[in-house]
Amino acid sequence: MEPTVSFFSGFTINDLWFLGEAALRTLWISVLSISIGTLLGVVCGWILYEGKLAAALTVAPFLDVFRSVPLIIQLVLFYNFAPIVGLNLDPFASGVVILSIYTAALVANVARGGIEAVGAPMRRAARSLGMTYWQDLRYVVFPIGGRAVFPAWVGVALGVMKDSALVSVLGYVELLKASQILITRTQEPFLILTIAGAFYFALSYPISRYSASLEKRWAQ
Amino acid sequence: MFDYNFHWRPVMKNLPDLLEASLLTLQVAVLAMILGILIGLCLALTRLHLKGPLYWFASAWVELARNTPALFQLFFFGFGLGAFGLHLSPYFIVLAGLTFNCAGYLAENFRGGFQAVPETQLRASRSLGMTAWQAYTRVVIPQVFRIVYHPITNQMVWAVLMSSLGMLVGFRELSGETQFFASRTFRIFEYFAVTAIIYYVIVKIILGASRLLATRLFRY
Repeated sequence: MEPTVSFFSGFTINDLWFLGEAALRTLWISVLSISIGTLLGVVCGWILYEGKLAAALTVAPFLDVFRSVPLIIQLVLFYNFAPIVGLNLDPFASGVVILSIYTAALVANVARGGIEAVGAPMRRAARSLGMTYWQDLRYVVFPIGGRAVFPAWVGVALGVMKDSALVSVLGYVELLKASQILITRTQEPFLILTIAGAFYFALSYPISRYSASLEKRWAQ
Repeated sequence: MFDYNFHWRPVMKNLPDLLEASLLTLQVAVLAMILGILIGLCLALTRLHLKGPLYWFASAWVELARNTPALFQLFFFGFGLGAFGLHLSPYFIVLAGLTFNCAGYLAENFRGGFQAVPETQLRASRSLGMTAWQAYTRVVIPQVFRIVYHPITNQMVWAVLMSSLGMLVGFRELSGETQFFASRTFRIFEYFAVTAIIYYVIVKIILGASRLLATRLFRY
């Protein structure tokens, strides 16, 4: 009897572990880029709000470009541009750089909206109580404005978490790349993509639900 | 620092091809938007007015579209359905993925729009002798359309940017064409830089056109 040779092995419990680990890597690159991007974005939003002509002219077009070019093009472009100027970045570092700037471009508008949400009378009141400009920003604008735009920020953060799937083009093995690798080996695309989708859903859905309920509660 | 020779000539030679491919990008994005608006309207109305299996179906669509990465959705239509012997061509993979995604996001926008129009308007127009169809198409939908006009514009831009994922499923739209040429000539940076500019211009044209249209439509 001829021995049958199977080139494709089935899906095992180890592969589930592999996918879980990849989901953690997705989470890690997202958390890192969202944190850096938010800090950058808040600063950019503040510059946009203060709107001194020179600052607005430098920051606004810069952010505009990053919002108007597909993320995948940005990633490929930067990954190939870095060696030209003598930087040797691995896919992870390139991904973090571009995702952070992309986040910053989106957060900047959110942050500016947050500063605008705090009315001028309240800020004048803070100043007339003897607060300095920075104290006004820290103790009045940040808590009130931050609360107003928190749901919008969560939306941006979740968007970036999902868009981090694109880092797979550079070869960083996150959730989607890992599922592609497994599909190549097991030839079971439906099962593996369903599991990967469930992982993404589990990461994103609770946060978006929580943010929506928070928005409703705060709106009252 | 710059010991890299930029070769712009091959890119310029292929520029007509890239511009032609960008028409394909626009085509697929516009088609997906039209389908997305129609399906999104149905999903929103279903979620607002119906109960039972149809409601669950619409909710599942919206939540899946909003809580998983666009690239994952594309892969699902591309490879996941292959498990059932359903092999779509790259064009239809991108069209299906984009439509699925846009319909999900637009459904939420439409739902917000419908909720923003007071129910009394519907009752008033019904008591004036309009049929339900007339009341919807002449009173409710125009108001909803105003509310969702800007979200639709944003979604259109997003659809154009998202169609760039087509390059990962072998679709020869702008990004796919770029990658095709780039991988043949190894001038990856130059090709993607030019493509980034083309995307930027497309997005600016869409935003400009929508602003022009808005001043014509919302004069009163």
